[in-house]
Amino acid sequence: MYLRGPVENRPQIRTGFALRVAIMGGIALAMFGVIFFRLWYLQILSGDEYVAEANNNRIREIRVVAPRGHVLDRDGEVLVENRTSLALQLNPERLPDAEASRRAELRRLGEAAGIPLRRIRREMRDQLEELPSAPVTLKKDVGYDLVYYLEENQARFPGVEVQRVFVRRYPNGTLAAHLFGQVGEIDEEELKQPEYRGLQPGDEIGKDGVEFQYDRYLRGLAGATRIQVDALGRPKGQLSLREPVPGDNLRLSIDSELQAAGEGALSARGLPGGFVAMNVHNGEVLGLGSFPSFDPTVFTRPLTQGQVDALYRDPIAAPITNRAIAGLYPTGSTMKPITSMAALNGLPDFTTSTPIYDGGSITVGDISFSNAGGAAHGTLSLTPALQVSSDVFFYTLGRDLNVDDGHGGPLQRWAFRLGLGHETGIDLPGENHGLVPTPRWRNRLYEEGLTDRPWSIGDNVNLAVGQGDLQADPLQMAVAYAAIANGGTVLRPHVGMEVVDSAGRAVQEIEPPPQRQVPVDPAFREAILSGLHDAAQVPGGTSYSVFGGFPIPVAGKTGTAERPPHGDQSWYVILAPYPDPRIVVAVTMEEGGFGVDTAAPAALQILSQYFQAPARQIGGPVVNPE
Amino acid sequence: MDVIVYAARPQPFDTRPTIGERIGLPYMDMMMLISAVGLVGFSIFTLHQATQNDVAGDAYYFVERQSLYAVLGLIGMFLLTRIDYSRFRELRVGIYSGMVALVSLVFVFGFAARGSRRAFDLPFFSFQPSEVGKLMLALALAGFVIDGARRGSPAQRTARFLLLGLAPATLVFLQPDLGTSLVFGVITLAVLFVAGIRWTHFAAIGGATVALVTLVLVVAPAIGTPVLKGYQEERLTSFVHPSEDPRDAGYQQNQAKIAIGSGEKTGRGDDATQTRLDFVPERHTDFIFAVIGERFGFVGAAFVLSLYALLIWRALRVVTLSKNLYGTLVAGGIAAMLMFQVFVNVGMSLGILPITGIPLPLMSYGGSSVLATFLAIGVLQSVYMQARLSQKSAYF
Repeated sequence: MYLRGPVENRPQIRTGFALRVAIMGGIALAMFGVIFFRLWYLQILSGDEYVAEANNNRIREIRVVAPRGHVLDRDGEVLVENRTSLALQLNPERLPDAEASRRAELRRLGEAAGIPLRRIRREMRDQLEELPSAPVTLKKDVGYDLVYYLEENQARFPGVEVQRVFVRRYPNGTLAAHLFGQVGEIDEEELKQPEYRGLQPGDEIGKDGVEFQYDRYLRGLAGATRIQVDALGRPKGQLSLREPVPGDNLRLSIDSELQAAGEGALSARGLPGGFVAMNVHNGEVLGLGSFPSFDPTVFTRPLTQGQVDALYRDPIAAPITNRAIAGLYPTGSTMKPITSMAALNGLPDFTTSTPIYDGGSITVGDISFSNAGGAAHGTLSLTPALQVSSDVFFYTLGRDLNVDDGHGGPLQRWAFRLGLGHETGIDLPGENHGLVPTPRWRNRLYEEGLTDRPWSIGDNVNLAVGQGDLQADPLQMAVAYAAIANGGTVLRPHVGMEVVDSAGRAVQEIEPPPQRQVPVDPAFREAILSGLHDAAQVPGGTSYSVFGGFPIPVAGKTGTAERPPHGDQSWYVILAPYPDPRIVVAVTMEEGGFGVDTAAPAALQILSQYFQAPARQIGGPVVNPE
Repeated sequence: MDVIVYAARPQPFDTRPTIGERIGLPYMDMMMLISAVGLVGFSIFTLHQATQNDVAGDAYYFVERQSLYAVLGLIGMFLLTRIDYSRFRELRVGIYSGMVALVSLVFVFGFAARGSRRAFDLPFFSFQPSEVGKLMLALALAGFVIDGARRGSPAQRTARFLLLGLAPATLVFLQPDLGTSLVFGVITLAVLFVAGIRWTHFAAIGGATVALVTLVLVVAPAIGTPVLKGYQEERLTSFVHPSEDPRDAGYQQNQAKIAIGSGEKTGRGDDATQTRLDFVPERHTDFIFAVIGERFGFVGAAFVLSLYALLIWRALRVVTLSKNLYGTLVAGGIAAMLMFQVFVNVGMSLGILPITGIPLPLMSYGGSSVLATFLAIGVLQSVYMQARLSQKSAYF
């Protein structure tokens, strides 16, 4: 066909023309073939994949933090709430890649926000080490001036974000500070745990206290907005919003006024110590505190080294320690009701009326044990022995209850059963288990060279009066006394009472089952409680000077424990009203001397608040509960 | 210059010629015209869909300008059909000198866009001489080839023509505009190929090309005297490793690939986020095929490619139809130019060829490119029409 044209001026150079045009056509054909197959592969065969990639490109999901639930006291008064705050964050993935422009941006940011470049770099390093992909929080509580400035100059600050965050607020200051615990960003280990499934780096969780214990109720469910962004990450409209679900509120069994009274009683004396007030029948904790205390607000901002030191460094005076559940001390004579239970149940010929002669001292083995203050009470049965707190009486029981091997005898067994030597299971982390000394424990220490002598009967004699190696905290003593008073139910104390949603509907009642049931003979209970009642409110009783004038009948026991090298540990545990107690209060103070001098008046203040009764001591001034 | 006045078709009743007949429409290659107009129309449609928010306050900024370029291009095309293309053969020296002068002019007057001087500002658009230069090269080189066909040994001839083509290609390369200089090279090779230079020469040129590429990409950087600018080399090599860094050339290409892939069968329409939200750069110019692929899917992309297939088929057909060798050579150069530009541009968007910055003929936004392509098609039409006429004279 192409030869039809005029041929007269075609030069000789034209050879194989048809072939050459055919080759060009072939190239064109091959070219379109390649393009079509490639197009088919991209659009038809792998289209889904590229749609996903395109969506991944354009859609950013921004978490909307859910406000944490509030913590309320038993009457609904707010103990912990939220305030909103603006936090300055850096998204490291969206910072410029080039080192120079990144540095320039960080310097600009530092100047605008008043943070030295060095600190920005340190924060980035530290926080990214902790959680590599999470945004780095540079500063909380930034002012609106800075926020507006950053928004207006967004293009100059890629990767800089201002996030609305919730910060815990404590309207009552230091009140019940030890119960709440702090809130903080979830760390890498926690992210792996099943109870934190669904959380992401940067989310906040309760780290301690009830914030930790009831975190799954309090934390709520984060929402998300999906926004569309362009290639530079500039938002181009919202695609969808999943509203965050606010956390449920937690109602504690704590009575704010009683709590305040307890904390006031401790701080008035200025001695490190702790107190517990608990319902004898269901384990609801009405008050639980420790002195010295701290302002929980410090944890809502990054701690300075000085604050860390003040809170944690001193192992004895550290405010962070909750002495009510983790302060371990010998209990002194507050142990005696437990020894009584052990003797009544474990010594076949010991009854509530068995007389024992108290001549002021007793020699066991080759050691002489004397009453405190050198007193001699004569022949006593159990009830009067408790009233006057005869040491010799209980030394004798301790001697008789001694078993030289294994886990010891009835004394150790009953101490364990009533709640000593192990955790009570309260809904607060950080509880200590304490120690009930046994022959096996001491002999092992001796074999390992950690102590100078093996178990001897003297250890049991000491244990009977709460001296020596025994270690317990106020909560354990409260549980033990409550068990005797309520007929043998060893409670599992709890500060959480109810979870209510933000509309006020109950979500979950908190009623943990008791630890166990122990047999308490009503006659034994009666003998012990009347001994404690006499001790508190009958002349000659050890704490009569404190509770003699108290209008409510009570049953209380002093304790004064030697705690070398420290001064004596002061204890008081009291049940009220006698004879059918509803509340147990346990107070202890380091270096408080005699129980009657420091711990008992503190308990009086707490009880007078509870019963709304005047706190008048016999021969002493009226101590106002406030 | 002679202007051919086409005689009206003999009619049983002599009527006045229609406007179509006056501009020679009945004698043109209709298929070629339809495909060209269809392509530029689809380009305007695509720009209308994709660039409404690009220029603040002027939703039709690109549409209006591209339409204007298309109209100017069409007028230029019709004018060219009225000129006996064989006159260009006589004017080869003038055309060649003019082309070299134009291409050189940007070194003096050109404005720099992203480190490259390849255009200068005219009152209503920025003119890129190398675009029209491609056509001028085809016209001039074909003339030189025929003129010098009987002088010197075959090897000398090949070397001479090659040199004539590579000289302006080098100038364009120095602007620097690697893509267009490659088009110059391809036009040169195509003219020589159609003119029938020896296979051995072709093999030698091929070998030399491979050696040159190796030298430029591997050896020169290794000995510390790189020929290509950093971004050029990166563009050329990044399609081998597409998504290494989201901020380099490979990223652009990867985004274009994602855009096209996500178009699937029928496209995403206004949900074409890849091209709408700036993930694909240069979406109205070099990467317009990515816009088509994402918005209109396989259907749209295949439609556009079909129009190109039609255009190229008709161009190659003109090569075979031409009444003289000059027309054959010019048409061969133009056909090769169109093939190369389409393949390299689309291949770039599809992630199978490197980024070279070659516009997609008639689709990419840009006055110089649209105008130059229409002029080239005008030349093809001219060759076709004269072939038809001489056929007719042979038959009737």
